[in-house]
Amino acid sequence: MSDLSDQKVKELELQANSIRISIIEMLVEAGSGHTAGPLGMADIFTALYFHILKHDPKKPDWAERDRLVLSNGHICPVYYSTLAHAGYFPVKELLTLRKFGTRLQGHPHREYLPIVETSSGPLGAGLSQAVGMAIADRMDKGVSSDRFIYALTSDGEHDEGNTWEAVLMAGKEKLHNLIAIMDRNNIQIDGFTEDIMPLESVRAKYEAFNWHVIEIDGHDMREIVDAVEQAKAIFEKPKMIIAHTIPGKGVKEFERKYEWHGKPPNKEEAAMALKELRTLGGKIRSEHE
Amino acid sequence: MLSQTAKLNTKIFDKDVEQAPIRKGFGEGLLIAGKADEQVVALCADLTESTKMDLFAKEFPKRFIEVGVAEQNLVTVASGMAAMGKIPFVSSYAMFSPGRNWEQIRTTITYNDRPVKIVGSHAGISVGPDGGTHQAIEDIALMRVMPRMVVLSPCDAIEAKKATIAAAKNGTPVYLRLAREKTPIITTEDTPFEIGKAQIFFAPEKKAQVGIIATGALVARALNVAHSLSDKGIAVKVVNLATIKPLDTEAVLNLAKEAGAIVTVEEHQIAGGMGSAVAECLAKWLPTPQEFIGVHDQFGQSGTMDELISHYHMDEKAIEEAVKSVLQRKK
Ligand SMILES: Cc1ncc(C[n+]2csc(CCOP(=O)(O)OP(=O)(O)O)c2C)c(N)n1
Ligand SMILES: [Mg+2]
Repeated sequence: MSDLSDQKVKELELQANSIRISIIEMLVEAGSGHTAGPLGMADIFTALYFHILKHDPKKPDWAERDRLVLSNGHICPVYYSTLAHAGYFPVKELLTLRKFGTRLQGHPHREYLPIVETSSGPLGAGLSQAVGMAIADRMDKGVSSDRFIYALTSDGEHDEGNTWEAVLMAGKEKLHNLIAIMDRNNIQIDGFTEDIMPLESVRAKYEAFNWHVIEIDGHDMREIVDAVEQAKAIFEKPKMIIAHTIPGKGVKEFERKYEWHGKPPNKEEAAMALKELRTLGGKIRSEHE
Repeated sequence: MLSQTAKLNTKIFDKDVEQAPIRKGFGEGLLIAGKADEQVVALCADLTESTKMDLFAKEFPKRFIEVGVAEQNLVTVASGMAAMGKIPFVSSYAMFSPGRNWEQIRTTITYNDRPVKIVGSHAGISVGPDGGTHQAIEDIALMRVMPRMVVLSPCDAIEAKKATIAAAKNGTPVYLRLAREKTPIITTEDTPFEIGKAQIFFAPEKKAQVGIIATGALVARALNVAHSLSDKGIAVKVVNLATIKPLDTEAVLNLAKEAGAIVTVEEHQIAGGMGSAVAECLAKWLPTPQEFIGVHDQFGQSGTMDELISHYHMDEKAIEEAVKSVLQRKK
């Protein structure tokens, strides 16, 4: 079990809530973009950037940092929001999302924002890049490297052959320094994943390809942190953390609906969502009331 | 003057001209093609609604196949179905199909000569806020370099409908390029359409001093330029090139002969695009000064359609400047 104190868990949960608030604010200002995936991954991004990752916002090009590849680039509002809250750039810059001249392109672009490890948006190409990073890391650091390569992927992009080519190869290479996390939210654009292109049993598939698989509730801070701790301790295999998440998590109206994959909230929906988030789902009074 | 024979929308120069996304015409055309021929089938890669295949999918659920986010599988499965006599239409965003699956299209569709219709929606930088990763500005080059591939780039939703219906019947591999955003309706139901035929859309009363060859949504902007320059006494003829391949060389050469100067206009990289196809023809048969409107060896970025079209020098101002500079180059 993790050594996270109750106090630390509370802090992380509040941090995730602030990240969700920023996601809504930036999407409504942008007038286009993705809502479901970013809200669903806010807890995992928070755990990574505020507890798990070896990184330094003051030295983004620090060579010893862990690497994080975001393969499903369309969820970048959560990535940008987390990076801003972690201190990489001002939170108010989030409101430039998707606008002409912004560093916060509709999908992450290294030319505009060099702190992202790779450009993404076209699905299915992230895991292979992470495999490449992990192989290079092992060449330079040997098998006892404590620099980890994190690959964030979605369930929908497991339709892509490119993803499975990487899965096959990581198993062959026994990449212990590769920790992949799948946003298992069961939605893609045209509907629920099991209707569009069934993935189950995705756990058995990864195991058959010689990966170590851990399944977690992707909204439980302790489970997220524990899973990564366990993953780091397993030496002979690449690791896949299947994170069961609720698309749209945090805003009841948006939860579990694939219709929220690729549209932003309008002004009224955003006001409703912000109220829900600022009051922690009605548990406290909002200072904005 | 707007060409009489083309029977265009007479409101094209009005501020409140009707607008519609070009992809919408594809959706309507596919439904008509599906009703006319039961061999027509449709496959999509998790973008059924936004590529407008949903109309067909609802009407013919048994002839619609969802392949998920898997563009390589999309075109290779379609090739197999074509081998059994089907006429498959496959849709995704142009960046992913034919962007991601180019070699599969080459070997299994054009090399095999299978009549698969590849529908690349959301082409061009006008797709806007999604940013450079989603802005296909290389697809014309990718497709026109392939032997046997017919490349269609309709200028509005009505022409897209006709192009779709024609593609269902022509028996060859086809690439159909579509745009996402609403753009002006230029043609009417009565405007003639034939694969392989370019059409004069705007002809000055006197002999043309410059000929514009335009394709896709930018045809509307080219017409605006010809219209406003005619008021300033510069005679510009505009040809709509809806079929980029096979190129209507007769129309291109006639225009070059008359005007002695050409401007090509496309929402695509200059390298390898429609302008290059025109230049290949002119360089061989009738070397003519030419200016190219298109993207100059850059990637796109986030922004609105209008911001990006002007930033990358494809708006009316840029077209007008190109017309003036090619005029200077005339002997
Ligand atoms: C190669 C490629 N094909 C198609 C798309 C269009 N697209 C963007 S997101 C998406 C759905 C993918 O499902 P998932 O990543 O699980 O989405 P989410 O759970 O965030 O809704 C698709 C098809 C793309 N970005 N890249
Ligand atoms: Mg998903």
